[in-house]
Amino acid sequence: MAYAAGVDVGSTQTKAVIVDEDCSIVSRALTDTGANVMRAAETAFQEALLSGDLREEEVEYVVGTGYGRYKVTFGNTQVTEISCHGRGAVQMFPGTRTVVDMGGQDTKAIRVAATGEILDFCMNDKCAAGTGRFLGAASSALDIPLGELGPTAMRGERPVKISTTCTVFAESEVLSWLGKGKKIEDILLGVHKSIAGRSAGLLRRVGIESEVTFTGGVAKNVAMIDALNQKLGLEVNVSDDSHYMGALGAALFALDHVFASREPTPAKQGAR
Amino acid sequence: MTTATHDIVGRGNRDGAQLFREWYADLTRAAEEDRGGAYVFVMGSLAELLRTFDLPIVFPEINSLQTAVRHVAAEYLNEAEDYGYSPDICGYVKADVATQLRGGQLPMGRIPKPSIAVYTNACNTYIKWAEIWERMYGIPTFTLDVPGSRAAGAQTWPGNQDFENDRRYVAAQLRELIPLLEQVSGRSFDIDRLRECMGHANVMAEGWKRALELNRSRPATFNALSDGTIFLGVANGLRGTEEGARYFTELVEELEYKSEHGIGTISDEIYRLIFVGVPCYPIFRRFNELFTELGGTFIHSTYLWFASGGSNLGYQYDLADPLESLAEGLLYGVRDAMDSMFFQNHAIENMIDEFAADGVVYHPIKSCRTVSTGLADNRRALMEARDVASLFIESDMMDQRVVSEAQLKNRIDAFFEGLASRRLQSGGN
Repeated sequence: MAYAAGVDVGSTQTKAVIVDEDCSIVSRALTDTGANVMRAAETAFQEALLSGDLREEEVEYVVGTGYGRYKVTFGNTQVTEISCHGRGAVQMFPGTRTVVDMGGQDTKAIRVAATGEILDFCMNDKCAAGTGRFLGAASSALDIPLGELGPTAMRGERPVKISTTCTVFAESEVLSWLGKGKKIEDILLGVHKSIAGRSAGLLRRVGIESEVTFTGGVAKNVAMIDALNQKLGLEVNVSDDSHYMGALGAALFALDHVFASREPTPAKQGAR
Repeated sequence: MTTATHDIVGRGNRDGAQLFREWYADLTRAAEEDRGGAYVFVMGSLAELLRTFDLPIVFPEINSLQTAVRHVAAEYLNEAEDYGYSPDICGYVKADVATQLRGGQLPMGRIPKPSIAVYTNACNTYIKWAEIWERMYGIPTFTLDVPGSRAAGAQTWPGNQDFENDRRYVAAQLRELIPLLEQVSGRSFDIDRLRECMGHANVMAEGWKRALELNRSRPATFNALSDGTIFLGVANGLRGTEEGARYFTELVEELEYKSEHGIGTISDEIYRLIFVGVPCYPIFRRFNELFTELGGTFIHSTYLWFASGGSNLGYQYDLADPLESLAEGLLYGVRDAMDSMFFQNHAIENMIDEFAADGVVYHPIKSCRTVSTGLADNRRALMEARDVASLFIESDMMDQRVVSEAQLKNRIDAFFEGLASRRLQSGGN
């Protein structure tokens, strides 16, 4: 049995996934990226090996993805997280035609073909407004752990209108609503709806085609899933492994290389 | 490499850079002698006419972009913002304001103060920009109102009543401009000298058109983003001069040689790309490398079209009837420059076919709403009309604060992954 790995070095967390020849996930690992990006990549990969009871030499090909993809020094090549999230989402939910990936510092809307090929994509530009980072800022301002933001927001009944999703102004925006006597649950519900609205705008730019698959770290947040469903008027696909979708896509690209290396004639290569 | 190859290949870039240095040396001399310049813009400069009055010709847009290419734009932008201009205002305008506040000092030399500003309505900012000089220096400004196309694909041509009306309208404005130029320069209008300058412009326009056509070669004979911008600088700065005409004659010779001998640009050409918009001057070289490193070569660009004031059309003035012909050429050129921003779809579709392009890169910029507004619609329309890969990336022509190389690279890498995937599926390699 051959194995291939994908290492997704994101702005906040680094994820590693190892797949077998059947494209099944054998193991996964996650670590905070921190300041030493190379070490984070290595740590995630080693932890995935340990978790899968595999030796490094058993993994034939490694693809790095994410903003730190060029820091995956032990990797064989790099693929952008845009392609990887598309590929991973189609693997997990074959009916996927649109992907919304919400990560630490950017949100991506990706339109994919049935093959996983990227047809179009759109991302937030320059600033982290309306991304996971905004939730992080709200979490700090309200002193509520990130994992509890979603369940708390779900208890909200009258969402406040969040006028800015600028991460820098998040704290003052949240505090101003607290000062007006609004409930934390309603403030957080407003935050989630605001981010979902911004993400829906990105999705509209590439064209929303069902099925929509929600990936990235924020896809674990129940209130964001609910807000997106309401905003888009459909049920987004969410996997327990949504956080690992980029790493999974990278591992599948790595598996392509493993298969290509076995072909009697050299595999056709593109520009890369 | 043969001696002939060594002598001819790269000559356009070398000579272009040299002509640019000489041009700025001339402007510096004019500034030192306190001779006032004619301030003009690339879309409808009327350099052919202004030269006949011996006015030093200053292109503020080119001055400004040079500060970005030389990595000092931030100093100029900050100075204008400290003076009171908003970060959201056109970066070219702000760099020029700072240049004026510095007495015309630029990294390339010094420019003379304006004695007149002559501009068209091709860009609405031109008009407000000229008003700044009017307030600063009390100089006359002259707006040439050039009618544009009424609708996409609905240009009028000679013989059509609308066209004749438009031509007479432009010609009447030129007749108003000439006495003003006589007054400002203290020289009488010399129609024979105008014929001479228009003759040089004819040679240049013919050469520019031919140079662009020669990039249908595979590999392309020049990179439209990097090399093309050098050619464009000469097309604007030396329009109507003997040196400019000679340059383009020799450039065509070089590009024909390269085409005949299968010599491409300095990077490998795996994908042929079209660029839409204004270059990212703050990281000019690096921006291009983000594409060339992955095998992308820009074989055409709408910038070479609108920023040459329509001289890409190769329009030939009738020297027997210079003023009427100048009006017609101005009408054609400026209208075409405006069409390249507002009605570009069909032209880009034709470019894709004629130049065998693999992808189109749209580059809207924060600074310039005129060229950027509508690009999203244009791209959507193109994607409906053609199954071609396209990329939409945003940055700026001047302001490094809104240029993120990491974000650009991420998107560009994903674009190339899509190009590679398309090629594999189509059976290419």
